[in-house]
Amino acid sequence: MDISNYLYLSAALFTIGAVGVVVRRNAIVVFMCVELMLNAANLAFVTFSRLNGNLDGQVASFFTMVVAACEVVIGLAIIVTIFRSRRSASVDDASLLKR
Amino acid sequence: MLNLALQMGATKTPEAVLFWIMAPVAVIAALGMLFAKKAVHSALLLAWVMITLAFFYIAEGALFLGIVQVVVYTGAVMMLFLFILMLVGVDSSDSLVETIKGQRATAIVAAIGLGGLLLSLVGRATVGAQAIGVETANVKGNVQGLAEELFTKYVWAFEVVSALLITAALGAMVLAHSQNTKSRTAQRDQSIARFRKSSLAEAAGLPAPGVFARHNAVDVPALLPDGSAAAASISGTLKSRGDMLESAIFELEVKEVEED
Amino acid sequence: MNANNAIVLLIALPLFSSAILLLSGRKSDKWGHLLATAVSATTFVIGVYEFFQMHSRPSTDRPLTQKLFEWISVGGFQVDASLLLDQLSICFVLLITGVGTLIHIYSIEYMSHDHNRRRFFAYLNLFIAAMLLLVLGDSYLNLYVGWEGVGLASYLLIGFWNQKPAYATAAKKAFVANRVGDVGLSLAIMIAFTQFGTVTFAGVKAGAPHASPAALTALGAMLLLAAAGKSAQFPLQSWLGDAMAGPTPVSALIHAATMVTAGVYLITRSNFVFDASPTAQAMVVTVGAITLLFGAIIGTAKDDIKKALAASTMSQIGYMILATGLGPIGYAFAILHLLTHGFFKAGMFLGAGSVMHGMDDEVNMRRYGGLAKAMPITAVTFSLGYLAILGVPPFAGFYSKDKIIETALNAGGAKGILLGGATLLGAAITAFYMTRVIVLTFTGAKRWDSKAHPHESPILMWLPMAILAIGSVASGFLLSSGSALVNWLQPIVNAGHHEHNEELLKPAVVSSLALGLVLVGVLTAVFKYRTVPVDAPTKVSIFTTAARKDLYQDSFNEAVLMHPGQKLTTGLVYTDEQVIDGTVRGVGSSLSIISTAMRKIQNGYVRSYALVMVLGVLALVTTIWLVTL
Repeated sequence: MDISNYLYLSAALFTIGAVGVVVRRNAIVVFMCVELMLNAANLAFVTFSRLNGNLDGQVASFFTMVVAACEVVIGLAIIVTIFRSRRSASVDDASLLKR
Repeated sequence: MLNLALQMGATKTPEAVLFWIMAPVAVIAALGMLFAKKAVHSALLLAWVMITLAFFYIAEGALFLGIVQVVVYTGAVMMLFLFILMLVGVDSSDSLVETIKGQRATAIVAAIGLGGLLLSLVGRATVGAQAIGVETANVKGNVQGLAEELFTKYVWAFEVVSALLITAALGAMVLAHSQNTKSRTAQRDQSIARFRKSSLAEAAGLPAPGVFARHNAVDVPALLPDGSAAAASISGTLKSRGDMLESAIFELEVKEVEED
Repeated sequence: MNANNAIVLLIALPLFSSAILLLSGRKSDKWGHLLATAVSATTFVIGVYEFFQMHSRPSTDRPLTQKLFEWISVGGFQVDASLLLDQLSICFVLLITGVGTLIHIYSIEYMSHDHNRRRFFAYLNLFIAAMLLLVLGDSYLNLYVGWEGVGLASYLLIGFWNQKPAYATAAKKAFVANRVGDVGLSLAIMIAFTQFGTVTFAGVKAGAPHASPAALTALGAMLLLAAAGKSAQFPLQSWLGDAMAGPTPVSALIHAATMVTAGVYLITRSNFVFDASPTAQAMVVTVGAITLLFGAIIGTAKDDIKKALAASTMSQIGYMILATGLGPIGYAFAILHLLTHGFFKAGMFLGAGSVMHGMDDEVNMRRYGGLAKAMPITAVTFSLGYLAILGVPPFAGFYSKDKIIETALNAGGAKGILLGGATLLGAAITAFYMTRVIVLTFTGAKRWDSKAHPHESPILMWLPMAILAIGSVASGFLLSSGSALVNWLQPIVNAGHHEHNEELLKPAVVSSLALGLVLVGVLTAVFKYRTVPVDAPTKVSIFTTAARKDLYQDSFNEAVLMHPGQKLTTGLVYTDEQVIDGTVRGVGSSLSIISTAMRKIQNGYVRSYALVMVLGVLALVTTIWLVTL
């Protein structure tokens, strides 16, 4: 099997994630789509690691996971805060930037 | 299962079998996540995609990452997601009707463009490239190899990331902590508030659910003296969840009293 | 009392009193005029005290300065609010406070029926303060403050009865005409600053010998413009006649004795500029000569007694301006004539006010006649002023005006003949129109209707007139005996070393010539006005028509300045509204259209922004890919 298939899969997942971010309105779903994109990137990293024969890609992937964990914690906290004040988890309702 | 994956990673053909079975499923799950109406379904589908990826990691010789993927992502992060979903309200299902003009069409065009671009880039970069494989790097074991990298070459980044984690934990605490600016309304305050309303109709409190002698469950609205259902007698949560029975089936038939 | 520190009191007292009267409202109606008069008298006492103090000092120590505070300090440019009391200023201080006090006293009675008398006195005190600041400032900038202050006071007082639109318009006219002159003064200050780096009189005087002739001429021309505006000189003379709309004491104080002579003061004060620039001097004498004839001619045709006197004032100030243009010796004679004129013209204006007071505010001389019997004191004081302005010896005008005529004749060459001729002609015309005023008002048959009951004015009115009449008689002799004023002013105006032209005519010849011409003027007037029709004859020569219309000065101003100005303004308004505003609005509305289009991108939805980011990444990666292909 050609190892680049993993990369194609990664590209596909990444694109799906990106579309989800743009299309979905529920902030949590949007957030999950971001996670999907990060995971797709991780898959690419791991595959690159295998292609190059060293572990640098895996280390990058490891760091991505840590950062993603941080991001999830903060992001969800923000969502909870917004939900608490606006009783809504829709990203379209938080359109105060317009005004 | 772990051993299966490890064995599959070691051999050529089983890996291909694994990939061709699980990759389409992962893509379908991801697409399902995109189209699922309820956020819970999306979360579960995402968890499935992540587990699939864990398999692939292990198959690709990244044993440590595969385990971490399962433990951290599927275990911790996804649970956090579900937890927040419960907190925010499971019922907050997302209408899939697009409200921003042109957003969806542009998104599809952008997706096709991005996907096409990525695929062609990957193809261009990897055509003819021979995978070296991580077997040599993993000679002392994948965990040991990663540890060596982390604590020598990437030790600075590692330390910075630890600071990031602490900061994130603090940040989450600050953001999620809610300060009560008003004192909590006690029963007494609620009583007073009820009597202060414009009409005294609700002063006595909401009617209790259940139709006596017919059905007394909480999901059945009470009947008003005229025989119609009292919507106020059902808890809002049940109502929004849709778990409310029609009280009409328990309604008394209005019989006309014949006059002598 | 320290002579040095008392200078500021001269200004502060009337200013303070004016503020009290204006701020205290109707409460001070009962005593306001008394306070104002007392303050004015106090300033006069201070002035007299300062004069004797100064007189007792040796000539070199006479000027006093008092620095009040540092006013402007910008880099190398320093201006102090500082007062200078020297031989020239003290003359003006005495004139302003002395005549001012008399007119305050006069006004108590004259304005007694006006329920705004307190406001009137407040303005009078404001005027006194501003005028004193004008003559006491030690720099052009300090002078400028007083200059604007008297302009304001003049505006307020001309328009004192502003319930009549014509009076309010007259006030505005005076204000606008003065503004032209003020521009000249501010330009002069700027020129002085750029040329000398200072605006004090002393600094400019020190720098004047080293300055370029062109700069000095420009400075002199601008100062002359300022003087022309304030002193109603050609070509800015048109406002003075209309300024007679103000109450008569105002006409006497501001528009005869003091404010209108500020131009003479300015030129005398700036003698070092004019002495160094013959061109500027030539301009000064030209303006003076034109105005003295201009005013005299207008005076011959006016039936309004105050306007006739106003024309006379214009003409007499023309004499003074002419004198200031004649070099060092001229300044002293200009000031001499200014002081004597202050007495006799103020006296005559007060006399006119007294006549109006007795005749129910009738100003048309054709409706007077034979008033000498009804108001003998007024007639006598007025006649003394009349003799003084005619220059009949030994009255005041003889000493001042004849000196000016003499100096003009001796200016040398054709210039001397021209100027001397103009002054002599002016003297003859003056005699004519002043005799006309006397004849029409006090002699002949009475022409007033039965409703009028002419009566002599009360003592508070005739007393100031009497004092001024004494001044009209004696001031000329006192000031010129032994060249008192000339010597007094010598340190200021360098009168000592005037160049000696050969005398064209001997002084005695000049005096006889002038007296002869005056006699001709008097006899002509007496002969012409044996009988006076009550209504002004309409079939008159074009010269009379022209003189009645002030020699078409208003028509000229309207045709040359006002109408083109209005056209220009209309054009500018159109340009402003259509071109400039149109551009601005066009920019605004096009921006608004663009914004409306752009705003759709800024819809506030995070998802839209994310999509834009995706598109951006797409474009970026594509570009990089295409470049590295």
